[in-house]
Amino acid sequence: MRRSIVASPAAWLVWGAVIIFFIGLAGVIGSVVVNSFGLRWFDSWLPEAYTTQWYGQAWDEFTLLPVLTVTLVVSLLVVGISVAVGVPAAYVLARRAFPGSRILYLLFLLPILMPPITYGIPLATVLYKYGLAGHLSGVVLANLVPSIPFVILTMTPFIEQIDPAIERAARMCGARTRHVFLRILAPLLIPGILAASILVVVRTVGMFELTFLTAGPDSQTLVVALFYSMSAAGIRAQQSVDAMAVIYCVMMLVLLVVALRFVNPTQLVARVKEDPSE
Amino acid sequence: MSTATVALRHRLAERGVDTQMLLLVPATVFVVALFIYPFGYGLAVSLQPREGGMLAAYQGFFSDAYQRDTIMTTLWIALPAALLNVAASVPIAYRMRGRFRGKRLLTTVLVVPITLGTVLTAEGLLNFLGPAGWFNRFLLTTGLTDAPIRLTNNYWGVFFSLVITGFPFAFLLVLSYLSGIDPSLERAAATLGAGWRQRFFRITLPLLAPGLATTFCLTFVLAFSVFPSAILVGDPSGSTRVISIAAYEAAYVRYDYAAASAAAIIMGVVELIVIAIVLGLRGLLYTGSTAGGKG
Repeated sequence: MRRSIVASPAAWLVWGAVIIFFIGLAGVIGSVVVNSFGLRWFDSWLPEAYTTQWYGQAWDEFTLLPVLTVTLVVSLLVVGISVAVGVPAAYVLARRAFPGSRILYLLFLLPILMPPITYGIPLATVLYKYGLAGHLSGVVLANLVPSIPFVILTMTPFIEQIDPAIERAARMCGARTRHVFLRILAPLLIPGILAASILVVVRTVGMFELTFLTAGPDSQTLVVALFYSMSAAGIRAQQSVDAMAVIYCVMMLVLLVVALRFVNPTQLVARVKEDPSE
Repeated sequence: MSTATVALRHRLAERGVDTQMLLLVPATVFVVALFIYPFGYGLAVSLQPREGGMLAAYQGFFSDAYQRDTIMTTLWIALPAALLNVAASVPIAYRMRGRFRGKRLLTTVLVVPITLGTVLTAEGLLNFLGPAGWFNRFLLTTGLTDAPIRLTNNYWGVFFSLVITGFPFAFLLVLSYLSGIDPSLERAAATLGAGWRQRFFRITLPLLAPGLATTFCLTFVLAFSVFPSAILVGDPSGSTRVISIAAYEAAYVRYDYAAASAAAIIMGVVELIVIAIVLGLRGLLYTGSTAGGKG
């Protein structure tokens, strides 16, 4: 198609909106980063002096090492369980049509469609009743609720892409279901499983509500610890809270960079096919 | 094995039910135990208040203006934010649906606020839009205002936080729907002499509309569950006292689990009503292949 050199007013408007959004985004992240390094910053564009003391303080005050450990353990457990449980279910849903399959699909869709708070409060009540909440196990169980359906919904199209003839051939050669899974499907599904796991990690590390409702003092993930230190503002120096926010930010960005090596940005929000024309 | 069981197995297998279905069991058990059962339990708890009849918790919610108004407050924040996010993404995604240099970079940068989440966004907004933040400093230096504009700890703080996390989400979804529409349809219209306005409103928009409805629903769910930012950048006891705060307060401040479950269930019902309306309207639209070709 022909492109004119001078952009039309509509184009200016669109790019203007995008630029304003990015300036806002840069301001939001930038002011947190600058504040975390600033020594004194009251009435000027930039702090008077810079320091890294807030990071040391955040590390000691917020006991970041245990918090990071909890975050890591929770994410790994959630990913492991949701993949182990979700992939076989996705396989059946992708391959079979059976009575009630649509209802089952809806059942798996619901936890993603509902706001976490709506089921988080009853779930936390139930978990407290059985003595599971307030520990790591409660946090893991609560985070599994959106993660298992998420794995199922992302894996179903991946499995649909695999030619069923391959499985039939394996069965003809005498492979049992277990062998079909481990020897035939698993190697083919590795890219999909990797993508789904990374998305689950990103969601679990960022999941605030469910962890917030079920975590005890020694099972807080980073985002919940950040919330508590923010809502208790005034007790601690704002800069030290910001230092913690930057640590969270860096961690999420590292995860994001890793994720983007394996998935398309649009996959972070939806499952989409790559444009076939490219 | 007796003939009866073999026959049953055959009959089930004919309908597509066999032992492989057992693979579904763990996932179903998890979802039922951790989602359906708690929901039922919450419903039961909400129907057994400490005092009063079965529906006392719901009556309490609706008769107390302080609780009842949270529904309107939530909708008043979530609906405009979701609408703006979807409406703004359409022209931007329409302009960017082709290939150009830096598209991958642009989409990558847009994912950043989604990954950062609401808590960090709230912290950033407090710094950036606060009375001594860069935004107000810019307005004061350029002389656009005489006094700092108050944009945090009120409605606007929450609204901006929803736009920052919600817009990229809506944009990426709309972009993926748009790239699923075959460009040759539009080229065919152009060949027949349609201007860009006709091409957009007569070809692209009708094909995109079902996708927009889905995008709106998902963005609305995100905005509706606003909780951390309503507390941190909002005014949690006044103009941004959303329904999730009401539910949380009932559960963890007043320890009134019946009221908390009632609020959570009302929240779910209100959300599902909005989604049902949108999806109902979506049912009136064309749904089908967006690929071109003979057919």
